[in-house]
Amino acid sequence: MNQDITITTSAGKLYLAFVLSGEHYALAIECIREIIEYDTPTPVPMMPHAVCGVINLRGAVVPVLDLSVRFGGSPVQVGRRSCYVIIEVCCQGEQHTIGLLVDRVTAVVDVADKLIEPPPSLGTKINGDFIVGMARHDGHFMIILNVEKAFSIEHMSAVVSIHPQPSDSMLAA
Amino acid sequence: MNKNSLNSEALAAGLQVFMDESKDLISQMENLLLKLESGSGSDDDISALFRCAHTIKGSSGMFGMTEVERFTHVVESVLDRVRNHALELSSELVSVLLDCQDHIARLIDQACNGLEADTAFSDRLIDRLSRWLPSHSADAKTPMAAPETPQPIQSASGLWHLSLRFSPDVMSWGMDPLRFIQFLEQLGRIHHLITLTDALPHLQENEASSCFLGFELSLETSASRSDIEEVFEFFGNDMQLGILEPGCPPLAFRHLIESRPEEEAAMLGWLVECGTLNEGGLAALDAPAEQSVATTTTSRPAANDNRDSRQPENKTLKVAADRLDSLIDRVGELVIAGAGNQVQAEKTGQAGMLEAAAHLLALVEDIRDMALQLRMVAIGEVFSRFPRVVRDISAELGKEIDLVVHGAEAELDKTMVEKVADPLMHLLRNAMDHGIETADERVAAGKPVRGTITLKAFHESGAIIIEVSDDGRGLNPDTILTKAIEKGIVPEGANLSRNDINQLILEPGFSTASAVTNLSGRGVGMDVVKSNLEALRGNLEIHSEPGQGTTMRLCLPLTLAIIDGFHVGVGDASFIVPLDMVVECLELPSGMNSVDVMEHQQEALPIVRLRDLFGSHGTAHARPRVVTIRFGGKCIGLVVDRIHGKCQTVIKPLGPLFQHVPCVAGSTILGDGDVALILDVVQLVRHVMTREQRRHALQEGLAA
Repeated sequence: MNQDITITTSAGKLYLAFVLSGEHYALAIECIREIIEYDTPTPVPMMPHAVCGVINLRGAVVPVLDLSVRFGGSPVQVGRRSCYVIIEVCCQGEQHTIGLLVDRVTAVVDVADKLIEPPPSLGTKINGDFIVGMARHDGHFMIILNVEKAFSIEHMSAVVSIHPQPSDSMLAA
Repeated sequence: MNKNSLNSEALAAGLQVFMDESKDLISQMENLLLKLESGSGSDDDISALFRCAHTIKGSSGMFGMTEVERFTHVVESVLDRVRNHALELSSELVSVLLDCQDHIARLIDQACNGLEADTAFSDRLIDRLSRWLPSHSADAKTPMAAPETPQPIQSASGLWHLSLRFSPDVMSWGMDPLRFIQFLEQLGRIHHLITLTDALPHLQENEASSCFLGFELSLETSASRSDIEEVFEFFGNDMQLGILEPGCPPLAFRHLIESRPEEEAAMLGWLVECGTLNEGGLAALDAPAEQSVATTTTSRPAANDNRDSRQPENKTLKVAADRLDSLIDRVGELVIAGAGNQVQAEKTGQAGMLEAAAHLLALVEDIRDMALQLRMVAIGEVFSRFPRVVRDISAELGKEIDLVVHGAEAELDKTMVEKVADPLMHLLRNAMDHGIETADERVAAGKPVRGTITLKAFHESGAIIIEVSDDGRGLNPDTILTKAIEKGIVPEGANLSRNDINQLILEPGFSTASAVTNLSGRGVGMDVVKSNLEALRGNLEIHSEPGQGTTMRLCLPLTLAIIDGFHVGVGDASFIVPLDMVVECLELPSGMNSVDVMEHQQEALPIVRLRDLFGSHGTAHARPRVVTIRFGGKCIGLVVDRIHGKCQTVIKPLGPLFQHVPCVAGSTILGDGDVALILDVVQLVRHVMTREQRRHALQEGLAA
């Protein structure tokens, strides 16, 4: 991401904190473009379940991911506070916009670098590569995500190409 | 005078214009050379050819590209001799000149990109050219050789006098007067130069990027008036140029002096200082001068007329492609918004509102058509490079081949023109290499010795058709079939129609030429051409008569940005099928839940259930519909839940995340703001077919 534009305050860097299936996560604020209300996405056939589909973001067609599925959990139950966090990721030298479906966004928090602990080798449900570290906030731990790894378009589109398509279940029929 | 660097931006803009112009001139040269070689050219064409070289030489000099100038000068000298009938334009000379033309293009490219000029290659070409030049010009190899050896000047009156006044904003057009004055040194020697600073404003008001200077100079040269005028031709109306020939009558002096804003005494002083006017002349000027006949001073009226007369043929405007693209993008948005507006108006049910919305939409659609028209260019842009290719390759192959071009004026989208060039080139090479027989074979077959390749373009129902036909040996169905069986493309004993057999050469890994020649058969086969064309939503058909020739028929959409779509619904989702593929809509007969073929007009129509294929959820329709699609001579039925009808679709790419998804070509935004996916029907059917094959293989495996 944009390493050169880091928003730093006296205490540390700013992160957007959100909740997903009861777990607390955070993303560095530089990669976040906006947060928008949930709207039913248009499903794209033959995509893994982690891709909910595409939405119309003011005239641009933007793919949206179900983060919970992406991290190996069950699909997000859409509720009153569900929303999309729109982020920008880099792929082959170009900026791409993707949306992340999360349960709810909680706060923008200020975390000093020295308070970030390295990811534990055990005990997290998600792939350790996706994590930058853990930080304590408001009485609980939150997982700070590595945007480049967790939402690598190269990786995800490669998954698409080898993913067994759901419709293949037809073969059995 | 301002520093050059001050104007680097303006110069860069001027340089861009120069590059564009020189590209045009170079391709013009190529066309003229080929035309002249074929014997259909006239003296006018030779003059035009000379002018091309001359203009390139002149303008490259302005931009300080000495190597381009030096090299082009030699080419120009040869062309000058051709023009004066001192030299015959032989086929051999044309070959060398074509190489020279390529080299000029390369030199300009090198100069513009700040690369080292390939002087060694220039020298080699100059060596080759030198046999067409009188021996004394062979020393042209020394850089910056004077174009014409200046005649010795007999007397002081042998001086030309130039009076130059520039308009203040010439620098912002990228033209630096200094360069032009320096360029005069190529015509002769500047005897004396006076810089007039009277017009300079006060330092505080001075605009550093404007030119307030005037020049009076005397020049020793053997060049003609028109040569001198040509140097300053670039300025057009932005300068006043006064030229006094050596020994011109006093009246000319009078005119010049009167046309200048400066004091008469000052002008006279400068003329004397420059050496153009001596004491005797000064006295003669004072005498009444009515009897003089010549009208020699020109504030460039001649050149101005010239410019005006040129205007009608030059009414094009060059616009950066990305600006055009963003305009078309926005217009696409406008169409979507207009359609959305229409939907909302329909909901209100107010007649006035509906009418206004319909009117707005009609206007927006007009604008869209016009915007797309802006991107349309003639296919001739691509065709124009082929005569040269045919010439070179036929020489290489030792075959005599004529190229006939029809319909070069047919238009299509600029991006398509760029993308279609390579596939076309390939088809052309194929036709020359495999299609056209050798001269001996042609004589034996009773055909004219010269083979003909016809390139034809025309519009047909919203698409452009490009045909590459040859009158060669045609395709041999037996050879193709044998080869296809050998390569395992079709099973042995397959019963195929002649047409189907012809299409086999488009299959991957097929090449009929037993010997792989330098030209085609280099691994990039017809299958690549075919898939490149499919990526452009086009298709390729082959028609061939053994012994008569082959026609490759390419059908392409006119643009890639917008398609006419057919909107269908599957479950909760919306899909768009390209309208030109839709044949008809049917109702799926009841009780067809497990069968994948339905009967339609006494024929079996294979059907694909999109609902099952996509694993769609959402409300199904009790009576699904079948949309019949035709492509590549086959019909397929797509089973959908709902049919919404025809719509205009602005294609939006789906981004890299979806690059591996089969069946989906892109997306679009519907009038109500929902996203619909555009189906790639060809890929979809291919996907279903491979899956079926896999399933059969699996079943056989289980049975065994």
